[in-house]
Amino acid sequence: MAVPKICGIETEYGIVLRGAGESNPVTASSLLINAYVSDLAVTAAAAAPKVGWDFEDESPGNDARGYAAEGSLAPEVETHLVNAVLTNGARFYVDHAHPELSTPECADALAVVTWDRAAERILAQAMAAAARLLPDGQEILVHKNNSDGKGNSYGCHENYLMDRAVPFNRIITHATAHFVTRQLFTGAGKVGSEASGVSMAEVPYQLTQRADFFEAEVGLETTLKRPIVNTRDEPHADSQKYRRLHVIVGDANLSEVATFLKVGTTALVLAMVEEDFLPREFVFRAPVHALRQVSYDVDLRRPLELVDGTTVTALEVQWELLDRARKFTEDRGLEVVGAEVGADVLRRWEAVLNGLESDPMSLSDQLDWVAKLRLLEAWRERNGAGWEDPRVAALALQYCDLRPARSLAARVGLERITDDDAVTRAMTEPPEDTRAYFRGRCLAKFAPSIVAANWDSMVFDVGREPLRRVPMMEPMRGTRAHVGTLLDECSTPAELLDRLGS
Amino acid sequence: MAEREQKRKATPARDTEDVAEAPAPSESGEKIKAELDELLDEIDDVLELNAEEFVRGYIQKGGQ
Repeated sequence: MAVPKICGIETEYGIVLRGAGESNPVTASSLLINAYVSDLAVTAAAAAPKVGWDFEDESPGNDARGYAAEGSLAPEVETHLVNAVLTNGARFYVDHAHPELSTPECADALAVVTWDRAAERILAQAMAAAARLLPDGQEILVHKNNSDGKGNSYGCHENYLMDRAVPFNRIITHATAHFVTRQLFTGAGKVGSEASGVSMAEVPYQLTQRADFFEAEVGLETTLKRPIVNTRDEPHADSQKYRRLHVIVGDANLSEVATFLKVGTTALVLAMVEEDFLPREFVFRAPVHALRQVSYDVDLRRPLELVDGTTVTALEVQWELLDRARKFTEDRGLEVVGAEVGADVLRRWEAVLNGLESDPMSLSDQLDWVAKLRLLEAWRERNGAGWEDPRVAALALQYCDLRPARSLAARVGLERITDDDAVTRAMTEPPEDTRAYFRGRCLAKFAPSIVAANWDSMVFDVGREPLRRVPMMEPMRGTRAHVGTLLDECSTPAELLDRLGS
Repeated sequence: MAEREQKRKATPARDTEDVAEAPAPSESGEKIKAELDELLDEIDDVLELNAEEFVRGYIQKGGQ
């Protein structure tokens, strides 16, 4: 049965310390995040949590298939690096050699776009705060991208709450079909290819940043032999009822419409998987090859081979999924993805597929890969530059520069679906309709008494032994409707814990 | 499934070669060019001066 599609995005950002010669990205990332948190402490008395992350319940080595493939490497948990929890319910931390920000749990795709946009603003503010700490001539630059153009990739992951009872194989089948073909609108665009043996002549420009880096169909890894469907089984919620589908195959988008559709269509497809509402299975003969074929095909009409010997195009798969989503809406309604937001997802999904079908360049205000391609083509024509010209790569890199004064994505006319006031609020305030509300409000009000926080619990120290852990195993509880009045009324954390316990 | 078939037929055939790359009609083509010129002029003002060198030195450690 379909459960509400609580969802979120975690983005690893590209980072460079400029003007310092050799620099260590882990140190730079730590400095960036600490600068932001310290800046909050100085400028906003109410929003200064120095609360650490609680690793008690982290188990990234668990595999959703119920076993660990031989020779597979479980992701490690790095407990020693900087980890901050923000009053908007987000986690801002160093992961591997990148600053990473996980949005709070959101109830729909529009909320994800809002808190993802807030994350960009937080990174921009962190850069400015870091600049004030660094010596003259040094600057930390942050890019929202997924590769350095030299074979190194870092991710933008999505998470969706799902019903535990759904057979994982059914998820694999339909999620793969969607992930391979949704690249049509989720791609952030990339100059050239970083896959071995693919020349600039063959692929001067492709739809996505990530397709080059996927080598497996299903698996647990995230940094090596990346799989199209990731099997990490770490629900961060009641593991009897839920799973969290961890999606590692997407690009980091600057376009709000692209993020909205990436999350919105995926939430709908997964709800249909839960309800067994997808009668037609698109099983690719070679999914990893199909992923690259779609990404490399800017004309969007390359046939993809299915195991039954027939072929489909990515657009045909997307039209089928949209048709089923419409039928699903009539039969079951859109409550699990948010009624209003779900209707907007359907409308925009159809508009984008129509645009891709008739004239992809007409979507230059909607999709990153189109906006970037249009910009690069125009610039190349004006300057007589070939695709291999390093200035073209530089332009593509600057597209995703998060400094407001330098960002090209901010200048190419992308449609906005959030408003600035909502984004500003989302930098410090949590969504009101998930457990992130409880986490964020507690941090804003009782930070000195909070020892640690993570996705599914908070640990309080109110001066009596032992420390008190408040479990949050239901992502739909701890909302404003549930605990708003309680949090307003309690003036001390001890009072809150007493009333929660009664 | 019948609905899907209907929609399929209503859309242009997927294997024709001229849809996506057909040049825009000249009057809207002029407008598009003017818009792009304006965009490129604006962008010229914010482009990194040492962009080539920067992109060459842009190396990230791998992540997830």
